[in-house]
Amino acid sequence: MLDRRDVVARLLRDRGETLVVTGLGSATYDVAAAGDDPRNFYLWGAMGGAALMGLGLAIAQPARPVLVVTGDGEQLMGLGGFATIALQAPANLTIVVLDNGLYGETGGQRSHTSGGTDLAAVARGCGIADASRITDMADVEALAAAIAGPSGGPRVAVVVVDTAEAPRVLPSRDGAVLRGRMQAALGLAA
Amino acid sequence: MDGAVAAEAIAWPDAIFAELRRWGVRQVAYVPDGGHARLIRAVHADEAMRAIPLTTEEEGIAVHAGAALGGDRGALLMQSSGVGNCVNMLSLVKTCRFPLLVLVTMRGEWGEFNPWQVPMGSTTEAALRLMDVEVRRADRPEDVAETVNAAARMVFEGGSAVAVLLGQRLVGAKVF
Repeated sequence: MLDRRDVVARLLRDRGETLVVTGLGSATYDVAAAGDDPRNFYLWGAMGGAALMGLGLAIAQPARPVLVVTGDGEQLMGLGGFATIALQAPANLTIVVLDNGLYGETGGQRSHTSGGTDLAAVARGCGIADASRITDMADVEALAAAIAGPSGGPRVAVVVVDTAEAPRVLPSRDGAVLRGRMQAALGLAA
Repeated sequence: MDGAVAAEAIAWPDAIFAELRRWGVRQVAYVPDGGHARLIRAVHADEAMRAIPLTTEEEGIAVHAGAALGGDRGALLMQSSGVGNCVNMLSLVKTCRFPLLVLVTMRGEWGEFNPWQVPMGSTTEAALRLMDVEVRRADRPEDVAETVNAAARMVFEGGSAVAVLLGQRLVGAKVF
């Protein structure tokens, strides 16, 4: 079974111009563990908002790949966002849901994906045609190549990962700093 | 109501649209509302703007945070009942100090026939202030452009979060 840290490290290894938004909890730690970067925007709250923040960013920066890395619990809180994203169809947006079937941040309670909810099928049902379920590293490699496009999106990749809890790597919690540094990296006035 | 006043009453959504254009607003996210219908049509028809229909209002808070992160100006349109949906997502705006412009058509406050609109309509301003969103109001057609312009300056030049409430007396009570 795939290890979440291996998956995220591989997706970001050759990131190029990719802008990253993370969903709160383990996804934030996974991206931080792969190496901090001004072009990473870590959410520590606003649950359910990661993919939609990626949408606004992808529309504003159409020439750069935008990658949202989140978990099954965070995405379950924003299911309607798949419909909103499908309608806009930003070619440069990829949403990776690291699906371990549980709420790791709150005591490991089983999430709805453990009970039969298929997030890739939900995304497809909302109109995102490129929605896949990934269970091996070969498909992660292919996904990494697709993300760098930046075209062919929007795509949703539900990556099934094991339930092991990796050591926490905590990036900055100062939202204003995280905002300002990405805007500076993009050459924008903060 | 004479002809001139009637024309002005119809024109306030056009005045908002003109302000959004003047301020270079590009992303306009919305949950449909009858009061915003004319403005929403204008946004969809404008090639310089991106109309973004939402399934629920808090999505728009996150979309516009992402837009601002990437350098796009945005405006979020909703009805007063949607403000309550936004409360936790506004922590994104407050913690990261994102600019935010929200235009809210009011229900439940003037000639409202539907009592289900009253609980949220009567607490719309309080809910916004709870999360440190500045609130301005327009109840007369002639005040709309100036109020939206003043709010837009606070948002796009000052980086503030500001909501403009468009009173139900202005919008008109829904008639069934």
